[in-house]
Amino acid sequence: MSATTKPVNQKAWFLILPVLLCVAFSAIVPLMTVVNYSVQDIISPERRVFVGTEWFAAVMRDEELHAALWRQLTFSLAVLLVEIPLGILLALSMPAQGWKASAVLVLVALSLLIPWNVVGTIWQIYGRTDIGLLGAALQSMGIDYNYTGHASDAWVTVLVMDVWHWTPLVALLCYAGLRSIPDAYYQAARIDGASKLAVFRYIQLPKMRGVLMIAVLLRFMDSFMIYTIILLLCFILYNWMQRVGTTAKEGAGHE
Amino acid sequence: MAHITLDLAHSYKPRPQQDSDYALLPLAMEFQDGGAYALLGPSGCGKTTMLNIMSGLLVPSHGKVLFDGRDVTRATPQDRNIAQVFQFPVIYDTMTVAENLAFPLKNRKLPEARIRERVGRIAEMLEMSGQLDQRAAGLAADAKQKISLGRGLVREDVAAVLFDEPLTVIDPHLKWQLRRKLKQIHHELKLTLIYVTHDQVEALTFADQVVVMSRGKVMQLGTPDALFERPQHQFVGHFIGSPGMNFLPAQSAAGRLQVAGHALEQPAGRGLPEGALQVGVRPEYLALAQPGAAGALPCTVQRVQDIGTYQMLTAQVGEHLLRARFAPEQRLPAPGETAWLQVLGAHTCYYQNEELLP
Repeated sequence: MSATTKPVNQKAWFLILPVLLCVAFSAIVPLMTVVNYSVQDIISPERRVFVGTEWFAAVMRDEELHAALWRQLTFSLAVLLVEIPLGILLALSMPAQGWKASAVLVLVALSLLIPWNVVGTIWQIYGRTDIGLLGAALQSMGIDYNYTGHASDAWVTVLVMDVWHWTPLVALLCYAGLRSIPDAYYQAARIDGASKLAVFRYIQLPKMRGVLMIAVLLRFMDSFMIYTIILLLCFILYNWMQRVGTTAKEGAGHE
Repeated sequence: MAHITLDLAHSYKPRPQQDSDYALLPLAMEFQDGGAYALLGPSGCGKTTMLNIMSGLLVPSHGKVLFDGRDVTRATPQDRNIAQVFQFPVIYDTMTVAENLAFPLKNRKLPEARIRERVGRIAEMLEMSGQLDQRAAGLAADAKQKISLGRGLVREDVAAVLFDEPLTVIDPHLKWQLRRKLKQIHHELKLTLIYVTHDQVEALTFADQVVVMSRGKVMQLGTPDALFERPQHQFVGHFIGSPGMNFLPAQSAAGRLQVAGHALEQPAGRGLPEGALQVGVRPEYLALAQPGAAGALPCTVQRVQDIGTYQMLTAQVGEHLLRARFAPEQRLPAPGETAWLQVLGAHTCYYQNEELLP
């Protein structure tokens, strides 16, 4: 026992009652309802059958879910593999001081200001083989590029889109990490006769470790939400395709 | 190892107009091969600028830097083969202590066996032999700074080792040890060492030759003894010593010296010029004198402080304050009493326009 004993007052429990009520109402009760649903087959509000873990077993054995999970993991890893080195390279080549530094910072950060659906629309048009610069250019080079037709083309397009949109975030984080390295480190490295590569390997990379961890985490988590952009793209595309060839005037463009 | 000659000026501004635009005013300096030098001065006096020009991190805006007569003004630190230790420890986090010490040698592609031998020797000197396989990142600040020192000393063939206030982050009791270590290393390796500091104790105990600087100007280059006994400039007298030299304005005329309202006989054989002078005397040399003694002034004692190893007496003469140091057992007059202090004597210096008179 410690020398100072805490006073005991059981009435204090009442003080946490409001929090308990709030959490129960917003989290615990809804969550337990879902857990309850998950072990039943509900045909209609009146008729329900207890099925135990059957739903879980079915989901775990679902081929589509497995495939989707693998696709997602491959995509997330690909995103990290491209964006992290690219972000580091970008940060290393950004100017450190003067008006150029501010100008480059603003330019680099621009793509981060664009909402997801706008990014989708930009790339949807950019990649079209009839009016889009990228699609048309690839086509004229003899590459059979079609993001609506080939699954692999679509996958690569989404990857490039994500790289285009989010590499600046990694670059900005790395840039912040690089700027926090005192000049003395670079001076000492010059005096020690270290090569550029050694400076990167032994000074810049270790000092950026913290921000790189954050960058990897952020990009890994965010890349799991990529399906929203695809859903949106497909949805817009689908609606648009529906109207092509009809006489309906409204909505003949894209929405 | 090299003999370093400086003949330069430096300004951080593109077109310097007046003296205050210069970080270093035009100067000519020689650093002898194998000497231990200290650059001493208050913050912003240009000592780090001078060091960075010598190491090649900075190119002077005017003039030249010569190493053994070779012009290296635009040469990189690698070309000059210089080592430098910075104010705050610079270590490579991912490496062990041994790898850190070996880094400058590895970059210069020395054979493995030779590297191991050098690292072993330096680690032994710095008393770090037991920590060679530890990760450098986890060590305390003073151990890290020892690694920085070690990296500066590990190459045998360096032209000079430059230290930029290297003991700032070190605890006082370790400072003593490290400074002694550096002095010992200087004797063993016979390297040219140049040490920047604003701490006079550090400079005076470390160096054979001290360069006192102020506002971009070299005030005096001399041995610690010369700086103490014969300060070439009033700034040096004021800056060196604790407390600094006492100065009293004086008028010299017809063999007499008018000091603080008292006419004193000029010391024989001095031949002081006529006109306004400053009389400078160290607190250590202000002795008590008999009333009316030649060269002594009557002063009103203001305060007597016992500082353990010595007593400090503050006294007023006219509108000027004098500080004097006495041994702890000396009996001193109480505040308010009149004490006669020996102002003119063998150790007294005379200044005209802030410069020492011969």
